Amino acid sequence: MTQTRSMLLNVGPSHPAMHGVIRMIMELDGEKIKGVDIEMGYLHRAFEKMCETVMYTQCFPYTDRLNYVSPLINNVGFALTVEKLLGIDIPERAKYIRVIMSEISRVTDHLTCVGASAMELGAMSVFLYMIKAREFLWELVEEITGARLTISYVRIGGVKADLTKGFADKAFGKIADVRKVLIEADELLSRNRIFIDRMKNIGKISAEDAIAYGVTGPFLRATGVAYDVRKSNPYLIYDKLDFEVPVGSTGDNLDRYFVRMAEMEQSLRIIEQCFQQIPDGPIAGDLSGVVIPAAQMVDRAKMGQTEDLIEDEVNLDPTLQGSTRKYHDAINANKKDVVLPAKENTYGNIEGLMNHFKLVMYGHGIKPPIGEVYFPVEGANGELGFYIVSDGRDHPWRVRVHPPCFPIMAALPKCLIGDMMADLVPTFGSVNMIAGELDR
Amino acid sequence: MNDLLIKFILSAGTLFIMFNIAGLLTWVERKQSAVMQDRIGANRASIFGMKAMGMFHALADVLKMLSKEEFIPEGANKFLFNIAPYLSVTFALVGFAAIPIGGELVLNGHSIQLQAANLNIALIFIFAMMSMGVYGVVLAGFSSNNNYAFLGGMRGAAQMIAYEITMGAAIMGVIMVFNTIDMQALDRAQGAYMLGGWLPKWGIFVQPLSFLLFFTAATAETKRTPFDLPEGESEIIGYFVEYSGMKFGMFFLADLVETVLVAALMATLFFGGWQVPYLHADGFYFPWGGHMAMANLPVVILGVLSFFFKVALFIWFLMAVRWTLPRFRYDQLMNLGWKILLPISLINIAVTAVVITLLGR
Repeated sequence: MTQTRSMLLNVGPSHPAMHGVIRMIMELDGEKIKGVDIEMGYLHRAFEKMCETVMYTQCFPYTDRLNYVSPLINNVGFALTVEKLLGIDIPERAKYIRVIMSEISRVTDHLTCVGASAMELGAMSVFLYMIKAREFLWELVEEITGARLTISYVRIGGVKADLTKGFADKAFGKIADVRKVLIEADELLSRNRIFIDRMKNIGKISAEDAIAYGVTGPFLRATGVAYDVRKSNPYLIYDKLDFEVPVGSTGDNLDRYFVRMAEMEQSLRIIEQCFQQIPDGPIAGDLSGVVIPAAQMVDRAKMGQTEDLIEDEVNLDPTLQGSTRKYHDAINANKKDVVLPAKENTYGNIEGLMNHFKLVMYGHGIKPPIGEVYFPVEGANGELGFYIVSDGRDHPWRVRVHPPCFPIMAALPKCLIGDMMADLVPTFGSVNMIAGELDR
Repeated sequence: MNDLLIKFILSAGTLFIMFNIAGLLTWVERKQSAVMQDRIGANRASIFGMKAMGMFHALADVLKMLSKEEFIPEGANKFLFNIAPYLSVTFALVGFAAIPIGGELVLNGHSIQLQAANLNIALIFIFAMMSMGVYGVVLAGFSSNNNYAFLGGMRGAAQMIAYEITMGAAIMGVIMVFNTIDMQALDRAQGAYMLGGWLPKWGIFVQPLSFLLFFTAATAETKRTPFDLPEGESEIIGYFVEYSGMKFGMFFLADLVETVLVAALMATLFFGGWQVPYLHADGFYFPWGGHMAMANLPVVILGVLSFFFKVALFIWFLMAVRWTLPRFRYDQLMNLGWKILLPISLINIAVTAVVITLLGR
């Protein structure tokens, strides 16, 4: 009898299909996968430890780098957790803005995931179409937040800046464009025989297994379990919105693809509803007061010429636009010990300046009460939870993230073993592993 | 002596043209994919400020590849590793010798067939050369001492064998209808007309099924998406994973040359090669009775142009397919080749044989 030996193939950490850095050691029999050993941790940046060394507000830039495809959801999740710890409520308008931004991010995330897995199957064009659609949405994000990748837009107690003038119309236009691209991609893939053959019955996982591993998000919903944090534990204003939770039935790659495509449509619906429901804020931007540059206001305040300063509006540089007094109250909680004052107050009067300093100076800052809190939000890949322990000081005593990718990566060998080497690509692509979130 | 010179010019000319078309294809591929994907595409390389729509990128690529370090991995079989890319390119190029690029040119009473090698077994020669091309892939995969390359070589060997047979079986129908395997004779035979002189008797019209089979199998033969399993850049990177510099470039070139070759074969076998509809040796004879006399030279030039037009059309189509479809999986590819295409092509042969016998020819 002939003896056969299985072949060890080292996939990654630098391999075209391993977007992000991860290493899989595969045991192959011909092209069949007999065993997988997943090695993660190449992008470990000590996120949790870093957060414990800085003040609460300073954690936001770190959260941007968790899931860098949809950073706004991470921002929102962290802010909500700290707000729960502080026990504060934020204005309605800020909630809507947070939801709009979260849903835009969810669409960009799903676009990236579906596009990338299509590209890895060889359908390069679909990927570029989807990246084009993502570009439309990032233009919207850029207009409001001033940034595209590491956004840090959400603040504890509110958001950094209000929506710009005419933003809703612009958003409706972009949503229509994105829908067009989605239809186009749907036509290219959903009934494509090669694509279906490559995705159907590949990377299967049962609902029991998925739950046992703690898998959430589209990966779990594709198995038929309709678990969505937005429905089961509504936060912000998700209970006021009408949307469906798309589910699959078999838990294979094709179901995950369809769930993601359907979720994008639902997210776009949510954004449209938000624009209809959002309470009016001063987005009209009537400039009745005198507008003066920030530096001039600071100079006048320093010299004590503060008579009419309270009426004036300050002209800020683009990164701070939308956070002046006119917008401030509509998008921030009325809590002086949490929220930075409007810029006119910081620049123009001593009370505002001291308030500002009390929040940003080392050793002062936001000081939540002693306690521990966990708050989950629905990230693009599943339940994204932050757990914070406070000992009453200005920085967290302990921060822990529940990254949605982590349980999925643990369950991945279950999906892969028994399939072929070529199936690694669509299965791994459907996970949408983001190394920043996985390795933290 | 004169004959030898003519042969030499013909083969040099064919080689030159085909090489240049293949080189130009790198540009076509970039620009066409860019157009399809809402991009601008390559547009940076310039000579004295001239950009020529990015056409100089092909030149820049060659220069880059020539000046790159050549790396031979430790544990590789040096001889086989070095010879593999040459095998790939050579066998792809040799096939063009038997492709007629034009009809019969009469110069000073000399009759010249515009075909580098006037073989009476041209078709078999081309197929033999295309089959030999697989050695480049297999040797590259096996000599690199790399598991990825090994997988690529394995896939390449299996794929080529599976589709070579279908391809051969697919053109049997054409051979039976036209009763020859001499490419020049095949082209001339397609100059006949059917349906009262309206429809040219091209391969596609007499053997449509055979054309579809051949097209599929031939696309697989070029190792391009959706059949780019030996490369599979996002799965196993490919059989050439260890190659660098111009040796990698040669594999790339071999791919493009094969694309041109397959396009030329499709034009010759199924679209009349250098035939122009209603153009005969002494001018146009239209089915509605019109006649336009022409000298030999313009007729031949029209024929050559017609051939290259058809080739360009097929190249365009192959590229469009390549940038639209996702990739098959290994076992699905084998299923398609052995269980679907091969039986259909065998049935096609049988049906064609029966029909020909019944028609009594």
